[in-house]
Amino acid sequence: MSAVDHAGGGAETFYRAEEHEHPEGSNTMLGFWIYIMSDTLIFAMLFACFAVLGRHYDGGPGPKDVFDITLLALNTTMLLCSSITYGFAMISMQNGRTGGTLGWLLVTALFGMAFVGIELHEFAGMIAEGATPERSAFLSSFFTLVGTHGTHVTIGIIWMFTLMAQVSRKGLNAANRRRLMCLSMFWHFLDVIWIGVFTVVYLLGMIQ
Amino acid sequence: MKLPFADETYSPIFGRLSLQSLPLHETIVVVTFIAVAIGGVVVVGAITYFRLWGTLWRDWFTSVDHKKIGIMYFVLAFIMLIRGFSDAIMMRAQQALSVGPGHYGYLPPDHFNQVFSAHGVIMIFFVAMPMVVGLMNVVVPLQIGARDVAFPYLNNASFWLTTAGVVITMLSLFIGNYSRAGWLAMPPLSEFKQSPDVGVDYFIWGLQVAGVGTLLSGINFVVTIIKMRAPGMTMMKMPVFVWTAFCTNILIVAAFPVLTAVLALLALDRVAGMHFFTNDGGGDMMMYVNLIWIWGHPEVYILILPAFGVFSEVVATFSAKRLFGYTSMVYATIVITILAYLVWLHHFFTMGAGADVNSFFAITTMIISIPTGAKIFNWLFTMYRGRIRYELPMMWTLAFMLTFVIGGMTGVMLAVPPADFVLHNSLFLVAHFHNVIIGGVLFGMFAGITYWWPKALGFRLDRKWGVRSFWLWVVGFYIAFMPLYVLGFMGVTRRLQHISNPAARPWFEIAAFGAFLIALGIACMLIQFYVSIRDRERLRDTTGDPWNGRTLEWSTASPAPAYNFAFTPVVHEVDAWHDMKNRGYVRPEAGFNAIHMPKNTATGVVIGALGTVFGFAMVWQIWWLVILSGLALFATVITHSFNYDRSFHIPAEEVTRTEEDRSRLLASAGIPA
Repeated sequence: MSAVDHAGGGAETFYRAEEHEHPEGSNTMLGFWIYIMSDTLIFAMLFACFAVLGRHYDGGPGPKDVFDITLLALNTTMLLCSSITYGFAMISMQNGRTGGTLGWLLVTALFGMAFVGIELHEFAGMIAEGATPERSAFLSSFFTLVGTHGTHVTIGIIWMFTLMAQVSRKGLNAANRRRLMCLSMFWHFLDVIWIGVFTVVYLLGMIQ
Repeated sequence: MKLPFADETYSPIFGRLSLQSLPLHETIVVVTFIAVAIGGVVVVGAITYFRLWGTLWRDWFTSVDHKKIGIMYFVLAFIMLIRGFSDAIMMRAQQALSVGPGHYGYLPPDHFNQVFSAHGVIMIFFVAMPMVVGLMNVVVPLQIGARDVAFPYLNNASFWLTTAGVVITMLSLFIGNYSRAGWLAMPPLSEFKQSPDVGVDYFIWGLQVAGVGTLLSGINFVVTIIKMRAPGMTMMKMPVFVWTAFCTNILIVAAFPVLTAVLALLALDRVAGMHFFTNDGGGDMMMYVNLIWIWGHPEVYILILPAFGVFSEVVATFSAKRLFGYTSMVYATIVITILAYLVWLHHFFTMGAGADVNSFFAITTMIISIPTGAKIFNWLFTMYRGRIRYELPMMWTLAFMLTFVIGGMTGVMLAVPPADFVLHNSLFLVAHFHNVIIGGVLFGMFAGITYWWPKALGFRLDRKWGVRSFWLWVVGFYIAFMPLYVLGFMGVTRRLQHISNPAARPWFEIAAFGAFLIALGIACMLIQFYVSIRDRERLRDTTGDPWNGRTLEWSTASPAPAYNFAFTPVVHEVDAWHDMKNRGYVRPEAGFNAIHMPKNTATGVVIGALGTVFGFAMVWQIWWLVILSGLALFATVITHSFNYDRSFHIPAEEVTRTEEDRSRLLASAGIPA
């Protein structure tokens, strides 16, 4: 009586006689969603801090003194474009075109690097003017919120180059497709966070 | 940019570390160090002598088997219980010897403040949390009929990150000093100006590293419970322990990021001279208090919910009845999970937020007692007309029910803001939270340990020493903590190195005696473990179901094989195994298939080791080492991601062999296969 399908009495089955192989990594997407949610909470904390401390200038510079709206427009454009190009990379992946995927990933990474570069330029300019993170609670919370976002983008870029190496070695196999999906979520998530930063930190700061 | 730490003693190579950092002038610390060093040499020597390094490395440290990881969590928790309890008994002795004029005890304030800070941190983060996470590791996959957790590698890494947090915290004992700012390091006391030494940095980085591990565990278990349940096990057929574990992990995922963020902000204040919580520069110290309790209150439920789950399993099994009010139990758990986020302000009614805010949080706090009360009644009704067996897990459960009700009632007293204004920061509060944490979480974990020990290790725990430990713990608890309620009413505040009013002395002496009884209780428990391991053949569980259990974990062998279940179980009822036994389930003895399992990995150990170095370097601000270990951490994760070959198959022949061994064991126990 091998491969017992009806174990025990009656018609009830108490176990499966066959092995149903779980496709490896079938849990990854859900896990990554939950990770994104937890990361959102970190940003929520930083937004909350900025909301509380954003006007505690301590006699130092305020938003109008330190923000450069042109730089901001350029910066935001870079990040938004990078989200579009990541979308193109995913379309290439779905069409099974390894070369296209790699190309669009590279373009995305370049946009990302431009974003980080402009942000570092902005930070350097502010620090040179004496608007350092230690100057006031407003600047502490500004640098921490925007810097944390920038750090995430930097990690995303490193991850992107790692994935490019993995795709060029192993092609678009199931594991790599899953990883590209995860990075895609991560990258768009950073875009969403940036919209929050753009609005709460810069725009509301400039019009107050 | 002039950074706060950059004074003249700072060295680019050693950071703030120098020979002066070694506390050679403190006799107690030096003696402890010598004892720990000798103990360490003995353990390392014994492992080497018995040639156990290979086994330890292959079968334990690098294992991705959830059962083994769970056991390692418990080993960690018990080591830290001894450390945390040493702190406790030092404090009890100090306070008993330091009442009234002319009596100042033996601990100077500087040392005493470190002791109470370390005691709180260690007991919550490195005793209670590892026990809770360890128990979920051992039990949850077995109860849902799964072969492992969703992310086995991550699970191993989580354990090693927790261990890294332990190592960083323990290093503070011998290199530098620990925080003097209490277990939550409230600013402005924890800011650089007020606490310029490394104590608070040890606090921050020990918790930061361990917290990442806990967060990853949380994600892991949420996905495991959602995605990996056996066929037929709908959400409302999950064992109650799985439900509580599910809610606990949701709380972890939604609370630990807050801890990560708030500790990072405190670190930025201290290291980069920022102004989040400082007195000057526009900082707001009450924001820290709010943020830390937005994590801290859910943390309380992270600890207690799994204990509630344990009691639900134990009461049903040892009353030989199905749990009374399963559905209400589940909803009570969910309601507590949600309310856990709506009560944080009751930790600081005295902040002065105003009557409206205080009333809101007072009412939400009192509402929590409703689902909790419902749970107590459910357990009582389960016992009602049940065939109760007074085995050890059941004894711990009964002790819990009595003790926790008292703790709950004093909690409702504290939830009334006017009463809280009087009792805030007093020993009444200390008595209350020990009442619920010892009487709830710890008794729950002890019930869980005695209940599932046979499943994890294959033999039962010795009853005689268990009973001794039980009575010493329970009686010791009451003698140690009931006097604290009285002292609280007398106006004694917490964390006092010296108490000026001589009228308090008898109460402190009674409390110290209680702590001494608890020490004997811990000793009896360790003897119980030793005796049980020594007599494991006598105590062997040949049946796999020593308590006549009701849930799936009891359907497989004790200890469970690496693959947990030879065939994936199919579930029809809440008490799946009870249902199988009732309806004449016959254990299959042939037709085994090869089973797909994850391979072991050393990545977790490497991540833990690098995390330790990283945390230590952050504490002492050895920047080159921070950068180096940080890059190495990145490199390790990236390298691991290049490994696509992470699983293997246990061949069908091996499964057959294991299952045939079990058939023989069952036959020897007189149970037909």
